[in-house]
Order: sequence, then C-alpha cells, then structure tokens
Amino acid sequence: MEHPVILINNLNKIFGEGTANAVHALKDISLTVQSNEFISLIGPSGCGKSTLLRIIGDLTQPTAGDITVNNKTAHQARLDRDYGMVFQAATLYDWRTVAKNVQLPLELMKYPRAEREARTEKMLKLVELGDFAKHYPWQLSGGMQQRVAIARALSFEPSILLMDEPFGALDEMTRERLNLEVLSIWDKTKTTVVFVTHSITEAVFLSTRVVVMSARPGQIAEDIAINLPQPRNADTREQVRFFELETEVREALRKSESQKL
Amino acid sequence: MSDRVQKYSAPVVILVIILILWEGVVAAFEIEQFLLPRPTVILANLVNLVLLTPDPTAISMAEVDARLKANTLVIVVPAGAPDQFKSAVAAAAMLRLPVGSSTLLLLPGKNLSPILQASWFTLREALGGLAIGSGLGILVAMSTARWAVTREALMPFAIAVNSMPIIAFAPITNNWFGIDNPFSKMVIVALMTFFPTMINTVRGLTLVDQRSLELMRSYAANEFEILRKLRIPNALPFIFNGLKVSAALSMIGAVVGEYFGGPRIALGVFITQEAALFRFSSAWAAIIIACGLGIALYLLIIFAERLAMPWHSSFR
Repeated sequence: MEHPVILINNLNKIFGEGTANAVHALKDISLTVQSNEFISLIGPSGCGKSTLLRIIGDLTQPTAGDITVNNKTAHQARLDRDYGMVFQAATLYDWRTVAKNVQLPLELMKYPRAEREARTEKMLKLVELGDFAKHYPWQLSGGMQQRVAIARALSFEPSILLMDEPFGALDEMTRERLNLEVLSIWDKTKTTVVFVTHSITEAVFLSTRVVVMSARPGQIAEDIAINLPQPRNADTREQVRFFELETEVREALRKSESQKL
Repeated sequence: MSDRVQKYSAPVVILVIILILWEGVVAAFEIEQFLLPRPTVILANLVNLVLLTPDPTAISMAEVDARLKANTLVIVVPAGAPDQFKSAVAAAAMLRLPVGSSTLLLLPGKNLSPILQASWFTLREALGGLAIGSGLGILVAMSTARWAVTREALMPFAIAVNSMPIIAFAPITNNWFGIDNPFSKMVIVALMTFFPTMINTVRGLTLVDQRSLELMRSYAANEFEILRKLRIPNALPFIFNGLKVSAALSMIGAVVGEYFGGPRIALGVFITQEAALFRFSSAWAAIIIACGLGIALYLLIIFAERLAMPWHSSFR
C-alpha cells in the first residue's frame, strides 16, 4: 500500500506546560491521511483544530507524539516546500499586485521568470481572476482576495494544501461558489487537502472524510467517511445522502459536546 | 477635481485672511516696523532681495578654497564683465605673481543675490545632514531589526540622544569642523534626524503582521528574504513618516546651527546680521525663504513616497 501523506501518532499539545494556566489543546491525536484525500477538521471553537493544522504545517511544535509528512518530519516537509497554506485572512501583501502575490512563493523557490509568469497566468485563470493580474489587493473583494490566496498556495504545486477556515469571513453565496471552485481545483491538481472549518455543510460537501473534534482537551471524537459521488456539484447538496451525512456529523458534534457537560 | 480645489482652497483662504489681519493690525495700532513689519513690506523686501540686488562677484567659497589649496591666485571678475576688462586684470596680476610659484585664475562671478547664495548654502547643509542622519538611521534600524538584544541595548542611548537639545552642540561642532565648514552644521542636522528615522524604521520592520510572517515561514523563506520581501516593504510607510519629520527638522537644525556662527553667506547668519542691524523686514524675508525650503523638502519626501509606494492606501 502507498505510504500515507500525513501520519500522526499520539500527538499532544499543551500550551504553557508546567504553569498554573496550562491548556491541554490536543490530546492523544492519531490520524492518517492518504494521498488525494480531502479531510475536514470540524469542531467547536477552541477544540484545537487550527492548532492541529498548524502542527501539520510546522508552524507550531507538538508537546509530545509523532508526526510524519511524506515520510519525513513536518519540519523537513516545510523546508522541502511540501505545503501550500491558506489562512482565514487572505494575507496578501499590499505592495504587490495580484500577479506578484501569486508569484511570491515562486520567487522564493527560484523559479525562472518565464515559468513564474506562465504559472501565475494559469493559476489566475484557474481561480477566474485572469483579468485582475495588475490590480492591487485593496481593489478586490474579500472573496476575490481569498481566491488569490488559493492561487498563490497552489502555484508551486505543493503536495499538501492546508486550509484554515479560508471562507469563514465570507458570505454564504460566495462561500458556496468558492467551495465548488476548490473542488474543481482539487480534482485537477490531485493534491491532498486538510481543511479546517466550523460549517457542517461545507465540511460534508467538500470532504472525502470529516474528522469531528471535541473541545478541552481537543480530541478526535469521530471520523466519518463521506461517500458521496464525485465530482460534486450544486445538486450534491440536495441529495438525501447529503442530509444524512450532515445529520451524522451534527450528531457527532452534539454527542461530543454533551459528554463534556 | 473639485475635491482637490476644495482641499487646497480652504488653507489658502485662511492664509490670506491671516495676512490681511496682520496688515490691518500693524496699520491700525501703528506698530513700529522693527517690531512687526507689515506683510506687504516683507514681501516687497523679499522680491527686492532675491531679484533686484544680485551680486556680480558672487562665488562659492568652496570653489575659492579649492583653488587656493592648489596654490593659485584667484581673482573674481564680475559676471558679464567685458573681455578687455578681464585681460587688463590678468595682465596687471601677472606682473605681481611670484615667479614660478603660482598660477593665475580669473573666476567669473555668478551674479546671484546674496540671499539666494545663502539659501543654497543652508539648503545643502540641511540636505547633507538629512542624508547622513536618516541614511544612518535606516541602516542601523535594518541591521538591528533582527537582533532584539542589540536593539534593546541601543534604544536607551537613542532616546538619551533624542532628549538632548542637540542644537546646543552647535558651538562644539563649529569648533571641531570649522565655523565656515558646512559639515559642522550637517553633523547637527544628522544627529537631529537620525533618531526619528531610526525609531520609525525599527517600528515598521518589527510591526509585521503575524500571518504574513507565517506565510513566509510556510515557504521556508530565510531571514534575508523575509527582510527584503516582507519587512522592508512593510516598513516603507513608517520610514517615510520618519523622513517627513526629519525633513522639517533638517531645515531647523541648519538655520539655528548657523545662529552660533557660520560663513557670511548662510541663511542663519543672514537673519542674525539683518536683525542686529534693525533690518527686520530682511530678516523676515529670509525666514520666509527658510520656511519655503522646509516645505519644499517635505514635498520632496512626499513625492518620493508616492513613487516608492503607489499601492499605499493614502493615495487611493
């Protein structure tokens, strides 16, 4: 069998360990992500889903436990530029045009100029922003900015795409449209995606698997396979199976909450 | 367009009202001209000093200095003097030259009014000091932005220097570098402009959005790349704010530095001399020029700012 892309074993994260107000953010997390999976982490705020994502991306260090990404440490994976990251805020650089923002990782990775420009053009077309290459970030709406951020994250074809509530600040209509765009991009690029969200609909619609987490300490409550047919489209949301899965995720969330009370 | 007219017309109207009030008050209360000259008198004197009293033998002292060091006899001939006059002067001078030791140079004058020469001299002091002070400020900030320890160790000294009345050192720098040497004023200006530029640059380099930094980390960018592609562009608005403060300070430093002594052809010296001779409207005229130069420096910084960061929100 193919080697898993992400392998997490008994991972723990304690903020302020040894102090009076230590917080056990993640407890005994074990998770395996296979290539080309689309995994959503869902849970109440404070369940550590973002922390888990940041540990996978080597932006935060775990207190205990193992994490292996592409058969190496998360740190090495970051140095090897295996990650494309999209945060809740688009985090575009104000002083760069849309095209230059998409080129940023390519510049850092020393791609030749012609290839940088070709890739940027291709990526901007993919997120339907071909006409906005020379615009500055402030000239774009929030949804468009987030699409630029996605284009930037994908420009260097990372093997893993880490997305931390990328559409959390957007309105429902924009979010649904971008969900479709993300799926078509995922379909075309065959990357592995780890997606943090607190929207049940979004998680079920996008994912091949939804990992439900509970809060304080953050633990994996349930791991639900989403066996909806691919490719998904606007009709997917109206299928009976979609509602059943939504309900299943909602029940899992509720159960994990009530256990705490 | 109408927005612009509105934006600029209001201050102009206020200025005109102030000038009219000034003129009226001086006339109504019969205030003596040496206490407060009327704006019309000052303006008339300004035009007179700048345009109507050119000095045909005006010449930069630095030029003369350079020639003297080369063991040359320099004779300044008035601008526009006829050639016959020049050759007569040369012939007469040749007779007096010690044999083989010196050469003769006829330097034509520049026909500039003394106040313009003074303005140019003082402006050069201000510009030179500004370049040295803020240039060093930016360099020091950039080299310490990464090392919090160094920065924290330097900060108390920077604050101490800034809270000193730096202008009080003018007699000392005059002593060190020579009263006529523009560098003695440049040092004062450099000291005055160093701190605001440095502190603003440090702020801009360190007040970087955490997410922007994490983005860089996710691409495994090294510290130099982060400095070049994130910290420096992020610091630009801060640097220009520091430069705007420094531009205003530079003119103050140069003019006030000259109050403690300087060459005859310097704006600060001109002001003190005219005031000592009770020619207050001339002193006022020189002050207006100093203001104008200060504003020009400020506008120059704003122009550079627009060139350097057309993306910035303040230009939308």
